[in-house]
Amino acid sequence: MSDPIVRLEGLTKRFGAVAAVDGVDLDVVGGELFALLGGSGCGKTTLLRLLAGFETPDAGRILIDGKDMTGVPPHLRPVNMMFQSYALFPHMNVAENVGYGLRREGVAKSEAAVRVADALTQVQLTDFAQRRPAQLSGGQRQRVALARALVKRPRLLLLDEPLAALDRKLREGTRFELVRLQEELGLTFIMVTHDQEEAMSMATRLAVMEAGRIVQTGSPREVYERPASRFIADFIGHANILKVPGGRWIALRPEKIALFAARPDTAHAFAGRIVDIAYEGSRSLCRVALDDGRTILASMSDDAFHRGQNVWLGWAADAGHPLEA
Amino acid sequence: MRAVIALPLVWLGIFFLLPFVLVLAIALGTNAPDSVPPVALGLSFANFKLLFTDDLYLAAWLISLRIAATSTLVALLLGYPMAYAIARAAPARRPLLLMLVVLPFWTSVLIRIYAWMGLLARNGLLDQFLRWTGLAENPGTIIGTEWAIHLGIVYAYLPFMVLPLYATLEKLDTGLLEAAADLGARPLAAFLTVTLPLSLPGIVAGCLLVFIPSVGEFVIPDLLGGTETLMIGKVLWDEFFTNGDWPLASAVAICLLVLLLGPLALFQRQQARSLERRR
Repeated sequence: MSDPIVRLEGLTKRFGAVAAVDGVDLDVVGGELFALLGGSGCGKTTLLRLLAGFETPDAGRILIDGKDMTGVPPHLRPVNMMFQSYALFPHMNVAENVGYGLRREGVAKSEAAVRVADALTQVQLTDFAQRRPAQLSGGQRQRVALARALVKRPRLLLLDEPLAALDRKLREGTRFELVRLQEELGLTFIMVTHDQEEAMSMATRLAVMEAGRIVQTGSPREVYERPASRFIADFIGHANILKVPGGRWIALRPEKIALFAARPDTAHAFAGRIVDIAYEGSRSLCRVALDDGRTILASMSDDAFHRGQNVWLGWAADAGHPLEA
Repeated sequence: MRAVIALPLVWLGIFFLLPFVLVLAIALGTNAPDSVPPVALGLSFANFKLLFTDDLYLAAWLISLRIAATSTLVALLLGYPMAYAIARAAPARRPLLLMLVVLPFWTSVLIRIYAWMGLLARNGLLDQFLRWTGLAENPGTIIGTEWAIHLGIVYAYLPFMVLPLYATLEKLDTGLLEAAADLGARPLAAFLTVTLPLSLPGIVAGCLLVFIPSVGEFVIPDLLGGTETLMIGKVLWDEFFTNGDWPLASAVAICLLVLLLGPLALFQRQQARSLERRR
């Protein structure tokens, strides 16, 4: 693994008695699209603001490219941020907004004009250069914010809930757009999101945060298939969390469970009745009440069974993932 | 509905338009010291002609504009940091700070200017204090100078500067300043490129609210200024009460009004525009 672009060592930030970020250690390497995933109040946004320099840590260090950035003010960090509210300057047009960072750097006017035009091309806003932010749609504003940060060619781009303010349809298209730009430009992204689907589909690696701490780090597949705790198993995707003999817990994903009309000869088999079916397009999610009183989510890829029907559930011996906590 | 609209119109007609027409009529008349009132109505432009030919009046205009302009500038330089500090104070403390700004209004401006006379007078409180501290043996006084007029105007009109500035600065999204810093702007550059342009409506409103009444100010130059500083408001008073020349005083009043129409129209337009933007 190459040297990390970002290294956090024991980073802590308290607001009063509450530790919003509590002893976080993290390495992010160049070229990653890293997602910080967690519910509201888990500290993910505070962590991002610490990276940008808007908050000062109470303990720990932030290294960017090996240089200690703790205490360095935001305008001197090789980092740019895309704000959740976009924070576009209302008194400047799109081109002036995008060129703002270059003017502060003292980039020559002719070069700045070329770079602004390039950035606007990248986000397909060439025709909107003279518009004011108030004259743009939500999606266009999001792209101006992105162009404004990208034009600085930052070592590291921080994105605070980059898609949260967009409507669903636009959000899905923009996901691919962000991933494409990140790969094409070879940049490192750290993205904050509360949307596990977004993190799973975009990130090369992600960290799940809870109460100011990182509770698991890994690729989306690792975190999905081998969640470290009941909290993570429950937070990411659908999971059945079952107690097994010996007092341990396992996470069992619905797609690891098959439905049968008669008792199957799988390692585990239980009888039950379908109480609910949620159609999700390529598959359906069935809620099955077992005869022993438990409720299990199982996924069904056809419409072989219907609600109220008695079925058997079966899964393999290694289908469940043991949880540590 | 019609009555609701008509009432203020009738009010304005009786108490503003009618007196204005009267003043205009008097201004076009000639001085008649022996009649009551001392005016002979007519259609003479002699009074206006005098205003534009006699150096005294022209000088008074220029002095008034100059004093109003410098006072406005000083009020802006003092009021901006005040408004900024209040807007950035903890939300729970802002009402108290704003109340302190408007607190002087609880006392009549006349009384407050008299208080300044007492403070600044020879052997007044300031003198005594300076002697007591040993800073100056014989401090003298600024009463009767333009300094005192500036001081009085800035003191009296500062709240009119602070309040509109506060209103625009308080609405300023602090996220924009973070964005500016993130894009490489040092604090001063962020202030000049983001805070200042976005608070321009408040600056324009505050400056006009101080400038417009300052030009015609009469009480402050009369009480704190000397005889050599003739502001136009004081000239008006002198023509009316000392010289008893109603037509000439009326002509001065009309000219003052016309002179301030420009800034007033600017203020109106700016207010309408900021209302539109808020929508």
